[in-house]
Amino acid sequence: MTSALRAVVVGGGMVGAACADALARHGAAVSVVEPGPLGGGATAAGMGHLVVMDDSPAQLALTARSLELWDALAPTLPAAADYRGCGTLWVASDDEELAAVQPKQAAYRAAGRTSEVLDAAELSALEPSLRPGLAGGLRVPGDAVVYAPVAAAFLLERSGAAVIRDSVVELEDGEVRLGSGARVAADVVVVAGGIGSLSLLPELPLRQRKGHLLITERGGLDVTHQLVELGYLKSAHASDADSVAFNVQPRPTGQLLIGSSRQFDRPDAAPEWFLLRRMLDRARAYLPGVAALSALRVWTGQRCATPDHLPLIGWHGERAGVFVATGHEGLGITTALGTAEVLAAQVFGTPSALTAFDFGVGRFHGVAHA
Amino acid sequence: MPELWIEGRAVTVPDGTSVLAALQNAGYRTLRRSLAGEPRGALCGMGVCQECRAVIDGRTVRTCQTPVEAGQRVTLVPGGSHDR
Repeated sequence: MTSALRAVVVGGGMVGAACADALARHGAAVSVVEPGPLGGGATAAGMGHLVVMDDSPAQLALTARSLELWDALAPTLPAAADYRGCGTLWVASDDEELAAVQPKQAAYRAAGRTSEVLDAAELSALEPSLRPGLAGGLRVPGDAVVYAPVAAAFLLERSGAAVIRDSVVELEDGEVRLGSGARVAADVVVVAGGIGSLSLLPELPLRQRKGHLLITERGGLDVTHQLVELGYLKSAHASDADSVAFNVQPRPTGQLLIGSSRQFDRPDAAPEWFLLRRMLDRARAYLPGVAALSALRVWTGQRCATPDHLPLIGWHGERAGVFVATGHEGLGITTALGTAEVLAAQVFGTPSALTAFDFGVGRFHGVAHA
Repeated sequence: MPELWIEGRAVTVPDGTSVLAALQNAGYRTLRRSLAGEPRGALCGMGVCQECRAVIDGRTVRTCQTPVEAGQRVTLVPGGSHDR
């Protein structure tokens, strides 16, 4: 008789849930340790945009593969997960930005994702609420949105994992120690605690990056795609300075989620009104009707960023049995399923095309590049 | 004793009344409907739950946080009209 691999996943957010599900499907006996609400951290704070991004070849491969996995998962998700294949519309404000959609489309095509270049008239016909005078855009019909806390809860339940409502305070050889003092035996530990992972593994190259979101009343402004400005990556990753970008998502309720902002090293949860104002001014520059909408709520959340904007997935590199799955910045919901596939590939030696890319912790110590 | 209009009907209330209290005194406890058609009305009375929203002079506000003023035109949030 063989006994199952004992796995402990630290963190019950979207990434932890996906990893628990993947480990369980490979036969592991999984426990998930989460002191707060399941999916209550960055998972609940974000937009739940499932989006292919081409910032780097590794990011393109990881997001494209993850979208395939979301496509496959979608029919099994509960209705409350609000999965909706609304697609993404990347909006070009001028001809220079419009020129950037051709290489983007080529990159997406190479990754097996369909997209469609729109001229100004086609853009305006698809999204009449956008202001006149925009140059065009790129429509990516395979992108989607999901209400991530429900998706995470679904994967946790499907995994059959034992959920332990506690914190992990120490990783020890072959076990983890909980805040209560109890110990849980583990052949494999997966640290998937977002920015909280630093409390267990302070050597990880992680920084928190605060974001603001606003949700409107339902009704009032008709938007059918997730709308993102083509300058998004420029705004998002250009520097350490605070930044905002136009990013609006129609919810299935008829509400709009309005983002986005990025600030490094602002650990508090308080909304910062000057930045919210900049964010809304940006949204209004693309969607003038935003000015007439009523906000229902505003909140902030903490993305967990690495220096190269790629997640840390895989063996810790020094500690036996310790794996990490964190540092997903703004793409944790999109890439949770691909992350779990990479993790399973490392733990069980199962195949994944994603193993061609280096998501390991070692890439920041020169080990992988030696 | 300001006079305001609730759903087109003139009502007079004491100074210092909240619009929510004016609505409730006028018999409006269901202030809107959820997407599924369920009734929604004021829950917390202190500006947190957002369930007391109504439209005053064209703007959707939390009525529990809004004092009455003479001449306000208060209408209920249209419910479910934007379902999809």
